[in-house]
Amino acid sequence: MTKNLLEINGLRKSFGSNLVLDDVSIDFAPRSATVIIGASGSGKSTLMRCMNLLEEIDDGQILLDARDISAYGIDLDEVRSQIGSVFQAFNLFPHLTVVQNITLAPRLVHGVSKESADTLARDLLARFGLAEKADEYPNLLSGGQQQRVAIIRAVATNPKLLMLDEVTSALDPVLIAEVLSLIAELKRDGMTMVISTHEMGFAKKIADKVIFLYKGRVHEEGTPAEIFESPKSAELKAFLGALHDAGRL
Amino acid sequence: MSYQPSELQMQRQAARRRASRRSTFIALASTLAFGFVITLVVTGAQGYEKVKASFFDWEYAKQALPSVAEGLLLNLRVLVMAEFFVLVLGLLIAIARTSTSPVLYPVRLVATIYTDLFRGLPLLLVLLLVGLGIPGLRISWIPNSAVVLGTVALVLTYSAYVAEVIRAGIEGVNPTQRQAARALGLSQSQTLEHVVLPQAMRNVTPPLLNDLVSLQKDSGLISVLGAVDAIRAAGIQTAQTFNFTPYLVAGALFVLLTIPLTRFTDWLTRKQDARQRAQGQW
Repeated sequence: MTKNLLEINGLRKSFGSNLVLDDVSIDFAPRSATVIIGASGSGKSTLMRCMNLLEEIDDGQILLDARDISAYGIDLDEVRSQIGSVFQAFNLFPHLTVVQNITLAPRLVHGVSKESADTLARDLLARFGLAEKADEYPNLLSGGQQQRVAIIRAVATNPKLLMLDEVTSALDPVLIAEVLSLIAELKRDGMTMVISTHEMGFAKKIADKVIFLYKGRVHEEGTPAEIFESPKSAELKAFLGALHDAGRL
Repeated sequence: MSYQPSELQMQRQAARRRASRRSTFIALASTLAFGFVITLVVTGAQGYEKVKASFFDWEYAKQALPSVAEGLLLNLRVLVMAEFFVLVLGLLIAIARTSTSPVLYPVRLVATIYTDLFRGLPLLLVLLLVGLGIPGLRISWIPNSAVVLGTVALVLTYSAYVAEVIRAGIEGVNPTQRQAARALGLSQSQTLEHVVLPQAMRNVTPPLLNDLVSLQKDSGLISVLGAVDAIRAAGIQTAQTFNFTPYLVAGALFVLLTIPLTRFTDWLTRKQDARQRAQGQW
């Protein structure tokens, strides 16, 4: 049995009286891509925000490399610096150029020199076809370019885990394709990823494991074939049916 | 390429030209009419000649200019010092007020009381309290020069305003920016320094500069403590000649003093806009 890179055990989170995550347990194997699917409001984003400790959890445990990162008194900054996070809304820093965006965390958090951080950033940009955008400000870039920069920014710190929260939801189909091919390439590099998405075609292709969240619980989990070809529960069937009707499956 | 605008487009352009000519004409006529009425009202006033003689006398103006200008140099020194300390103190107070750490609770409390107090107190009162009260304490190491104490009073009052402007800027930065920075592993203070403050300061530059312009002219109030600044120098001249023109000279100089800062604000805002829009030239 391989050791899990990340383990979530019995995670519970509520906002006021609204129970958003209820006894969620998921294992994430190293170098695997886990795709989380579910309707809006099923708890996908909250789950991811709990995983990079942007939300305080109400119960349960999160283990990163067998270390309890949900323990009281843990150094949040240190944990977050090992987890790359990308959000639906890009969140690039508008007052910094593309290269400055990418090099900020390596320089400040990981103590990389400006020169080597710059070189790494430009190498990554070149690799993903963004070399000529290096010195521009983010708002000059298309949405797809901005999101690709955001992903590069997240991997430039060489995180153990990359979390992508609906990173294509704000983009049109052409731009989505740009972003997805970047993610697929990172997968080939061996990056461990957690992805929440509505792009089921992409989920089928990239996922090693698919988690179906329903009303804050892991309702069904399995390989893409198990989830998409032979769903067991009525809820998953209904969800996939709705996606099918909307032309997204 | 021999692009020829269509008939329709040429008609449209002609119509636009006609409309724009008509607007110019209307603006001109309206300004003339307006100016005529104002002139009529002012020059027609009963005391016009008297006021003109005692406020707008060219000879007195020329006579007063050297000493008033010399006084203005003092205002300049005061406001450069005051602006520096106001920005530093205002920034510190704003950071204190937007902090969330429980350790800093007393600092937050003091900062809140400070801004409440000094935004409420009239500047003139602060000037008198500081300028007359502190020397009264007879503490030997505190200077009792009117200039220093006047500057302190200005700093005390304006820091409260500037702190509130900067605080609004800090709170105006989208929370997702802070989140993105924290998610990258930046600490709270790194996030503040590298992500929040640069955006906050850019957003509040116009209102901030507005406060500094206001500070520039209020530097004239230190004259109540006896410092010989531009206004005091004008007052001395007036006392000798019983003509008020020197005050107007001082006023004109203050206006001239604020114009560069206003233009600088415009330039800075434009440059920042261009910087984000242009092809990463900076």
